[in-house]
Amino acid sequence: MSDEKKPLKKVLIIVAKGTIEDVYAGLVMANGAVMEGIETKLFFTFFGLDAITKKKMNSLHTATVGNPSMTMPGGIPFPTWLGGVSGIEAAVSSMMRKQMEELDIPPVDEFLEMITAGGGEIYACKLAVDMFKLKKEDLIDDLNGIITVGEMYELAAGDQSQIIFT
Amino acid sequence: MAEKTYAGVTINVDEEGYMTDSSQWTKEVAAEIAKEEGIDELTDTHYAVLEFIRQKVSEGATLTIRAIGKSGHTDIKGFYKLFPGAPLKKATKIAGVPKPSSCV
Repeated sequence: MSDEKKPLKKVLIIVAKGTIEDVYAGLVMANGAVMEGIETKLFFTFFGLDAITKKKMNSLHTATVGNPSMTMPGGIPFPTWLGGVSGIEAAVSSMMRKQMEELDIPPVDEFLEMITAGGGEIYACKLAVDMFKLKKEDLIDDLNGIITVGEMYELAAGDQSQIIFT
Repeated sequence: MAEKTYAGVTINVDEEGYMTDSSQWTKEVAAEIAKEEGIDELTDTHYAVLEFIRQKVSEGATLTIRAIGKSGHTDIKGFYKLFPGAPLKKATKIAGVPKPSSCV
């Protein structure tokens, strides 16, 4: 075994879900990688595509039903029935976005711009784009391509490269 | 704690090379650290960004790349060009402030 340090050179992050927390997990890791000088690629598939769909990207929601981690401010338990009440999911989601803004975490569109400004690349999954009947125009202008799974693996190829699936 | 000599002045640095006493910073020291980081010459824009970083840090603000992009001195793309590779780490090192602890 050699003790030689092998820093990460490339990372491919796959975002397959469209909730605020799933998308931001991917974006924070991607932006963090770009900031470290790591070659960074983001691959959006299935509901993760919402994050690069112009009409949806800045109004992502978190799930208030079926989310056992959900609590009220102050740590009070969040009753499951409440999550189903009309307007609650939107209100909770908007609150979450506001709290992130306070930590200087940008909205999704600006976050993606930060990533591409640093040289990060954004890809959409062809299969999911076809399935959701999306067109190129529906997705962000900064898209590097709509690609197949095979092409995605090509992007991740090389030494000291990692794939992260959120 | 380690010491390094930049521009004929002895500077206290941590094990990663970040200055531990921000008051020892001068433009000449910055230029020498920049050379070590692979930036041959610091332009006025570099210095404007460095001063902005020093200002923010002295105010106790958490430094983010987003804040630098909104500083009016450069945008984020420009920031990556000014300090290629890992801009926030490089810029803070050259600005003589501690390594940033923010994730964005």
